[in-house]
Amino acid sequence: MPVTTIAGRQVHVDAEGFLTEYDEWDESLAPVLAKAIGIELTERHLEVVRFLRKDFLEQKETATTRRVQAVGGIPVKEQFALFPAKPGKKMAYIAGLPKPKGCV
Amino acid sequence: MSEESFIAPDFGSDEPTGRKLAIICSKGNLDMAYPGLILGNAALGEGVQVDLFFTFWGFDMIMTERADDMAFSPAGNAAMRLPVGNLRMPQSLAPAPGMTALATRMLKKSIADIGVPTVPEFLDQIVASGGRLWACRMSADMFHVDKEDLRDDVQAIISASDFIEMTEGAQLLFI
Repeated sequence: MPVTTIAGRQVHVDAEGFLTEYDEWDESLAPVLAKAIGIELTERHLEVVRFLRKDFLEQKETATTRRVQAVGGIPVKEQFALFPAKPGKKMAYIAGLPKPKGCV
Repeated sequence: MSEESFIAPDFGSDEPTGRKLAIICSKGNLDMAYPGLILGNAALGEGVQVDLFFTFWGFDMIMTERADDMAFSPAGNAAMRLPVGNLRMPQSLAPAPGMTALATRMLKKSIADIGVPTVPEFLDQIVASGGRLWACRMSADMFHVDKEDLRDDVQAIISASDFIEMTEGAQLLFI
């Protein structure tokens, strides 16, 4: 896995740029990752990110948009507004998690 | 090293990609409702514009009274296996009384167990994600169905040629 420097910190990433080590992420990276994909992070974005982080620990996989609504309580429509066009992948990226694998 | 110098995924622009998917849902069996829903939902999550056209038996998917009451029959489905032992289910059993209800319960449970929504909830999600639902004019006339029998979020009852015209340039799936 390649190592890159984000916000002065060395982190492992995959070929696309997704962070690969859960523990190398903390909340201070979120705005930097968000900015890199054109998103200005707000508190509401962070609520989604925090849910994803917590859910990943329990489920061992990244929540899909469906799960973020059903379990995390953030409506799908709002997810599309917060993370335009590709919410599932964008929120996973900002949360330092792998792309969601689930179909739904 | 500046903050911007690391490799970030290329998610493209936030504007529509220009890629369009048109899905024609023509089946009213529960198992055949899902392929269109899953692929449509996945495409929306990738920034693709999605239009679903419901025709013939696919109408059940958007009828408020029927969408949660779709059924699955093992009749004619040679791939159907018994829940244990990897044994093929004899087709002679498929028409037995109660078999459709049993098979439907089993399929609904399998779908729910992996966190996949029911047909009406799945359509809710597709609409929330920006997908558009269209009903077929001929089917509506044939089944004596009008707009009041359909989900509120169905855009309109339109002709096949209207749908073909509006999905110009789209990739098309017939299910």
